[in-house]
Amino acid sequence: MLHVAPTPARKKVRIATTSLSGCFGCHMSFLDIDERLIELVDLVEFDRSPLTDIKHCGPCDVALVEGGVCNAENVQVLRELRANAKVLVALGACAVNGGLPAQRNHLDVGDCLTRVYCDRTGGKVPDDPELPLLLDKVYPINEVVRVDYFVPGCPPSGDAIWKYLTDLIFGRIPRLEHPMLHFD
Amino acid sequence: MNDYDRFVLDGRPVHFERGQSILEAALASGAYIPNLCHHPEFKPHGSCKLCTVKVNGRFGSACTIKAMPGQEVASDTPELNGIRRVLLQMLFVEGNHFCPGCERSGNCNLQALAYDLEMLTPHYQHFFPARELDASHPDVMLDFNRCIMCELCVRASRDFDGKNVFALAGRGTASHVVVNCPSGKLGDTDFALSDKAASVCPVGAILHKRVGFAVPIGERRYDLAPISAQVPTQQAEEA
Repeated sequence: MLHVAPTPARKKVRIATTSLSGCFGCHMSFLDIDERLIELVDLVEFDRSPLTDIKHCGPCDVALVEGGVCNAENVQVLRELRANAKVLVALGACAVNGGLPAQRNHLDVGDCLTRVYCDRTGGKVPDDPELPLLLDKVYPINEVVRVDYFVPGCPPSGDAIWKYLTDLIFGRIPRLEHPMLHFD
Repeated sequence: MNDYDRFVLDGRPVHFERGQSILEAALASGAYIPNLCHHPEFKPHGSCKLCTVKVNGRFGSACTIKAMPGQEVASDTPELNGIRRVLLQMLFVEGNHFCPGCERSGNCNLQALAYDLEMLTPHYQHFFPARELDASHPDVMLDFNRCIMCELCVRASRDFDGKNVFALAGRGTASHVVVNCPSGKLGDTDFALSDKAASVCPVGAILHKRVGFAVPIGERRYDLAPISAQVPTQQAEEA
């Protein structure tokens, strides 16, 4: 009988993911890597992520951040990820430039709330202390914390996310070129 | 071809006709130099600075410098592409360029240049300016959120259409394109869809109504090939 020496286990890359002011489209696109997910589970393990339901991030290698920063909770989550992750990646248009939520940026947030909650229904602006406070603007994440890499796209394609992630995992300089680099 | 009618661009000889600019000669030879405010039919403007090259070691705009024998022109270098990327980033943060919601996405020169120069982020702090929309014209919509002030529409309307519909107002960061009529609304001018000015906008600021998103994603102009690989098509279309 042949004796096969066990190959030394490669240390798995620990990844945290989150969606701030995003639509989870980038996470859905992440799942679009399809059968490569099986390859990925051999390479990575997940920390805080909608996939694991872990609420707080521990020390990890890579943080993938979807969405811009629109409220106080977003700021807290983003800072926690930055403090724990060696590499922080802005994933998708909203994280990169605020995206569609940032289209409210030329409007006064107080006016927006009054129009939505008061003018039409005669109600009042929700003020439950559990609700995170809205910021005056929706900020791209690099205006709040230091960001190491950017993957634009709305959403970036599964192929682009796979390319970027594997480049990072295997120590190559991550790079996106035509047609994988797109802003929409 | 002899030494009197060619210059050297990135180590390769490029033939030029008397009076041609470096940019015109390069594009005619099939070599791409990034540009935004250039149009072969209009007088060079030299405002976007994307075509900045190094001519015998000195910076200059390829669209305004006449081609001359003996010029050693550097264009596709990491240094110049880095500077161009910074210019693009400044254009992106200065306006409201939200590509996912823009009809021009996929056919936009600003976006295509950003792809070509691998601009992954606008990097600088965004201005998020409050800018006007003008849907008063029956066939054309103006969205100044995306205007980069290349003045192509100003030049087309003034020099080509003879209507002088657009103008640049304000100074410095307050510069903006305005419509030249008392109400400031495009609908109150004699602007027409057939005007040259209606189809020269390199971004999504002047949009034709009722044709948005007609071409599906994947088949749009810059989905097919990067802007730098489309020099002959660009030349044929603009001529």
